[in-house]
Amino acid sequence: MMKVVFERPKSMFPVPTHYCPGCGHGIVHRLLAEVIDEFGIRERVVGVAPVGCAVLIYNYINCDMYEAAHGRAPAIATGCKRVHPDLILFTYQGDGDLASIGTAEIVHAANRGENITVLFLNNAVYGMTGGQMAPTTILGQKTTTSPFGRSPKREGYPIRIAEMLATLEGATYIARVAVHNPRAIIAAKKALKKAFEVQINGLGFSLVEFLSPCPTGWGMPPAEATKWVEEKMIPSFPLGEFKVPKSEKSVK
Amino acid sequence: MGEKVLITGNEAIGEAAIRAGCRFFFGYPITPQNKIPEYLSYRLPQVGGCFVQAESEIAAIYMVFGAAGAGARVLTSSSGPGISLKQEGISYISAAELPCVIVNVMRGGPGLGGILPSQSDYFQATKGGGHGDYHLLVLAPSTVQETVNLVMDAFDLADKYCNPVMVLADGYIGQMMEPVEFKEKPPKELPTKDWAVTGAKNRPRNLIKSLYLNPEELEQHNLKLHRKYVEMAENEVRVETYLTDDAEILIAAYGTVARIAKTAIKILREKGIKVGMVRPITVFPFPYEAFAKISEEVDDILVVEMSLGQMIEDVKLGVCGRAKVHFYGRVGGMVPTYDEIVREIEKIKRSRVL
Amino acid sequence: MVGKIVIDKELCKGCALCVSACPQKLIVVAEEINSKGYHPAEFVDSKGVCTGCTLCALTCPEVAIEVFREEKT
Repeated sequence: MMKVVFERPKSMFPVPTHYCPGCGHGIVHRLLAEVIDEFGIRERVVGVAPVGCAVLIYNYINCDMYEAAHGRAPAIATGCKRVHPDLILFTYQGDGDLASIGTAEIVHAANRGENITVLFLNNAVYGMTGGQMAPTTILGQKTTTSPFGRSPKREGYPIRIAEMLATLEGATYIARVAVHNPRAIIAAKKALKKAFEVQINGLGFSLVEFLSPCPTGWGMPPAEATKWVEEKMIPSFPLGEFKVPKSEKSVK
Repeated sequence: MGEKVLITGNEAIGEAAIRAGCRFFFGYPITPQNKIPEYLSYRLPQVGGCFVQAESEIAAIYMVFGAAGAGARVLTSSSGPGISLKQEGISYISAAELPCVIVNVMRGGPGLGGILPSQSDYFQATKGGGHGDYHLLVLAPSTVQETVNLVMDAFDLADKYCNPVMVLADGYIGQMMEPVEFKEKPPKELPTKDWAVTGAKNRPRNLIKSLYLNPEELEQHNLKLHRKYVEMAENEVRVETYLTDDAEILIAAYGTVARIAKTAIKILREKGIKVGMVRPITVFPFPYEAFAKISEEVDDILVVEMSLGQMIEDVKLGVCGRAKVHFYGRVGGMVPTYDEIVREIEKIKRSRVL
Repeated sequence: MVGKIVIDKELCKGCALCVSACPQKLIVVAEEINSKGYHPAEFVDSKGVCTGCTLCALTCPEVAIEVFREEKT
């Protein structure tokens, strides 16, 4: 008798996505839906969608959702969570949304210790608008607005969001993971689960930064893009947990 | 109840919101409305509400978006430059059809401007401000008591139309102290908020959004919004006519200026010049009909504003050439005195005689 | 066979990440195209050696792969 050991999570609508072949969003969406299923919280979850490739996340994840203005998801999540502290809030944001226009909102939501969970998808480029430079674009990386390759003098350095936010006392759990191979994906899911646990237990602000391939934005096929995450992104953005709850207890 | 308290306009705005059942405020300090967040920072916790001083006016308006989308009565307040920052958020809130109340305590502009009162945000409030085809319902009080009444009405109107409502005050109203009565209002029958984000339990999930990539859909959505504004124009116009029955010259003014104009009218009538006033209370929807009617009786209308001429355009639309429309304004925080208004009316009277 | 996978040809975008992920090289990119014009992945396990390890499904961005495994008795 064969039994199913891997199937689509219930919290995901059974529809094809608009994402490019090999895009990391699909993987992270699935991890999110799996975690929601495993904690049984779909009816308590509220998501806030970004402006970016993932603006249509509400077509894929079946829960109450807001569509935010660019960068403002943490503020919207704050407004909702203050009205309904019992709901589980997540924001899902890309490089431009979180690390550029939304820098103030993410810093202050973390600083206030808002009890929300942020999924930050870092693919070192602005995907939706055609591959422009992001605050997370690495040195030497060519994009449509850094055609000579990012240089510190011209464009400054890439921003390390996880490390930066981990300096804030208000932040409870900050981790950086990657989704470029199955082993990394398994570790990414662990971190995401921990982040939601922190919120469910009322311990404060959690954020998981996902290093993710963007084959179209980087101009390379999916397999090469996963190698680029391994060889080029991870050295600039080390994986790990940068802040953990003081108690380090996990919920059953 | 009949109990009167002496209170500043800003604090009265805060208290009126609480009496209207508002339990959430998100804002940022800016002169001349700082007493609103300050008052609510201790008053809201007293009633089990929530006060957040946001990192910017931008963050604040999106916290309003979040709270309004969650079904709560929510307030934000600011002044000129801060209201400018909120414009994208206001467009989003209007597009997503969420109720909320936004208070603008107007100051001198443009740019950083000054901290004394003005009425130079009329265009911003009534003609859009943010991008896209939408409108706010805009209430313009003249006294602190009227501010209290209109703030309380604003929450009902916002819920009725699922639209943001703006209360357009100025630095004088915000900072002056007047006796005010907080009357209990009978509860209104308002539509339920079954669209709100509260967790998808026992129902399909709710989605608060404003993106419609399909142009046919987006057009339909815009038409739906438009129908609300037409309904507002049919049902919510508020205007005060003051001594207009026998008036030979009319003044058009709103807010603080209207109060000053009333003193000028008293003096002019003592001098034998019969002057009346039309005072819009809703500046959107604008009382075009009141001006259309009155311009059949008078030949001259003097519009007085603390701006270089913004409401005058709406007055002209209502008057439609039936009378001559004159203008007098002071800007930058300067306030027209009743003397100046008297002189302007006398000028008009003299030019008619010649 | 201990394990098997079912690939939804219409959800697949031919990214071939599963092809790299499979430790036994049981997945290939098909000759045919699906209705969107992609060459979908195809499970080829003539010797029945798939263990149902789920590495392919883990890496699939489209949730196009279902994995089955024999129940241990």
